[in-house]
Amino acid sequence: MHVYLFQRFITAFLTLFGMSVVIFILLRLVPGNIVDILFSSAGFVNPAAKQEIAHELGLDQSIPVQYGRWLRDIARGDLGKSYRYDIPAWQVIKPRIPVTVELAFFALLIAVILGVPVGVLSAVRQDTATDYLLRTLSLAGLSMPSFWLGMVIILFLVSWFGWIPSMTYVSPFEDFKAHVLQFLFPALAVGYRSSALIMRITRSSMLDVLREDYIRTAWAKGQREWIVVFGHALRNAMLPVVTVIGIEFAFMIGGLVVTETVFNLPGVARYLVDAILWRDYPVVQNLVMFIAIVVVVANLTVDILYGWLDPRIRYGVR
Amino acid sequence: MNVSTAGSSVEPATTLRRHNLGENLFLFCREKPLGALAALLLLLMVLAAAFAETLATYDPIRTDAQHTLAPPDWAHWFGTDNLGRDIYSRIIYGARVSLAVGIASSFLGAVFGGIIGVISGYFGGWFDLMTQRIMDILQGLPLLVLAMVMAAALGPSIGNVIVAISVPIIPRAQRVIRGSVLAIREFAYIEAARALGIGHLAIAFRHILPNTVGPFIVLMTAQFGSAILVEAALSFLGLGVPEPYPSWGRMLSVSAAEFAQKAPWMVLFPGTAISLVVFASNLLGDAVRDKLDPRLRGA
Repeated sequence: MHVYLFQRFITAFLTLFGMSVVIFILLRLVPGNIVDILFSSAGFVNPAAKQEIAHELGLDQSIPVQYGRWLRDIARGDLGKSYRYDIPAWQVIKPRIPVTVELAFFALLIAVILGVPVGVLSAVRQDTATDYLLRTLSLAGLSMPSFWLGMVIILFLVSWFGWIPSMTYVSPFEDFKAHVLQFLFPALAVGYRSSALIMRITRSSMLDVLREDYIRTAWAKGQREWIVVFGHALRNAMLPVVTVIGIEFAFMIGGLVVTETVFNLPGVARYLVDAILWRDYPVVQNLVMFIAIVVVVANLTVDILYGWLDPRIRYGVR
Repeated sequence: MNVSTAGSSVEPATTLRRHNLGENLFLFCREKPLGALAALLLLLMVLAAAFAETLATYDPIRTDAQHTLAPPDWAHWFGTDNLGRDIYSRIIYGARVSLAVGIASSFLGAVFGGIIGVISGYFGGWFDLMTQRIMDILQGLPLLVLAMVMAAALGPSIGNVIVAISVPIIPRAQRVIRGSVLAIREFAYIEAARALGIGHLAIAFRHILPNTVGPFIVLMTAQFGSAILVEAALSFLGLGVPEPYPSWGRMLSVSAAEFAQKAPWMVLFPGTAISLVVFASNLLGDAVRDKLDPRLRGA
C-alpha cells in the first residue's frame, strides 16, 4: 500500500509539473505580450511606462527564467497581482473559493443521488419501457448545455412561481434558506448533466455484474431482489462509477464556469471568465494552474479510494 | 450495366457476398431505427445550413427597430430579438457556424489524435511513453477551460475557435486509436506483412490505419456533440465566433439572459437547436458504436 501511494504521489506531482509547462506555453501563444494587450485599448502610451510594467512582470527576462520565477512564486503562495483590481490576485480568489466548492459539492451530490439509483433501476429493468425512458432522459441531460438549462430553470421559476433565486450573493449566515435556494438551482443545472454520465456508467457496470455466477447463486438461494441488487451487485459495480465521478469532477469545473455566470454567483470559475475577458493574464495563468491542482488532487483521491475499495489494485495484482 | 447483371447471375450464392452501401444503410435503419432517425435529423440540419439563403425568411444580421422583441407569429416564426433580428433566420444561418465548427474541430482532433495514436501504439517504446504522459496532462485540464484559454490566447475568429476546440479532443482520440492499434498489431496478417519485408511505416499507415476506421467513426460522432457544446459555451461567454456571424451560443449570451423574462423565445429556440443537434449526434453515436464496436454495447 505504501509503495502504491508513493508511486501515485510521484505521478501526480509529475503531472502537475507537466501541466504547469503546458499552461505557461499556452498563454505565451498570444501574439505580442501581456503588456501590449494591457495597453492596446489605451491608445498612445509612454514607452517608459510600458517598459516599467514589462519589468515588473518579468517579461524582460528569458522564457526559462520567467517560468522559473512563476513556479517559485506559486510555491511561495504568491499568485501575482490582479491588474483589474490592482490588489494581490489571492485576495480576489480567496473569498470565491467557498462559493465554487459549495456549488461543486451540491452538484456532485445531486449527480450521485440521481445517477446511481436511476442507473441501477435501468439495468435491473433492462430493455423495458422504463429502461428506454430513463436512458432517453439521461441522453437528454448529456445533450443540453448546462448554462441553457440554468436559463430555462430561471424562466420556469419566474413564470410558474413569479420568483427567482437571488442574483446577488447571499451569505449562509445572513439568510440560510435563501442561500440554499440560491445554490440549489445552479447545482441542479450542473448536476443533471453529470448524473446522466454516472447513470450510464452505473447501468453498464451493473449489467456486467448482474451476469456473474455469484449473482445467479444469490438468486438461486432465494435472496430478495433488493439484497441481490444493492447488497451483492452494486458493491462490485461501484468501482468504475467511482472513477467516473473522479473524471466528471474535472468536467464539472467546465460546467461551473458557465453556470456561475448565468446565476451570477461570485465563484472562482466565474472569475476565470472575467479575468480572460479583461485580459488579466497573470491571474488567468494562476487560476488555470489552480484548477489543474484541484483536478490532480481529485484524481489522486479517487485512485487512493480505488485502491482501498479494490485490494487487487493496491497490491499490484491483476 | 449488362455486364454486371450477367456477373451476378453467375454467382453461386449471395449469402457470402458483402452488402453494398444501400443494403448496409437499410440494415442499419432496420436494426437501429432511433439512430437512423437521428442521422436523418442531422442530415436535415446540414441541408438547412447549406441552403440557408433559401430557407431563411429574413437577413439574419439586419436589425429592425420597429419589431424588437416581437413574439413568434406568422411574420417571425420564432419571434425577434432585442434588435429586431428574426430568430428563425438566425438559427438557420447559425447552423452553418455551429455545424461547421463542430464537424471541423471533431474531425481535426480525431485525425491528429488518430495519427499520434497509430504511431505511439505501433512503435511503442519511449515515444509511446512520452506521448502518453503528454496526453495525460492535456486530458487532465477540463475541456472547456483549455478551449477557453486557447481561444482567448489565439484571438476571436472561426479558425481559432476550431483549433481551440480540436486540441482538447486530441488526447481523447489518441487514447482510443492507440488502444485499437495495440490489438490490431498482434494479428497474424501484420506478422505476414512483416515477413514479406514491408516497412514499418507502410504497415502502420497502410495496413493498420484503415482498420481503425470503426473506432474513428465512433469517436468522431461522440466528439461532435461535445464540440458543439463547447462552441456554444465559448460563444455564450463571448470567446467564440465573433459578430456578425450568428452562432447558437452567441444568441444565448448576455443580451438573451437580460431579455429572457420579456422575450423567453430568445432563450428557448437557440437552446433547443443546440440540444436537438447534440441529442441527435449522441443518439447516432450510440447506435454507430453498438454496430461497429459490440464490446462497448450499452456502455
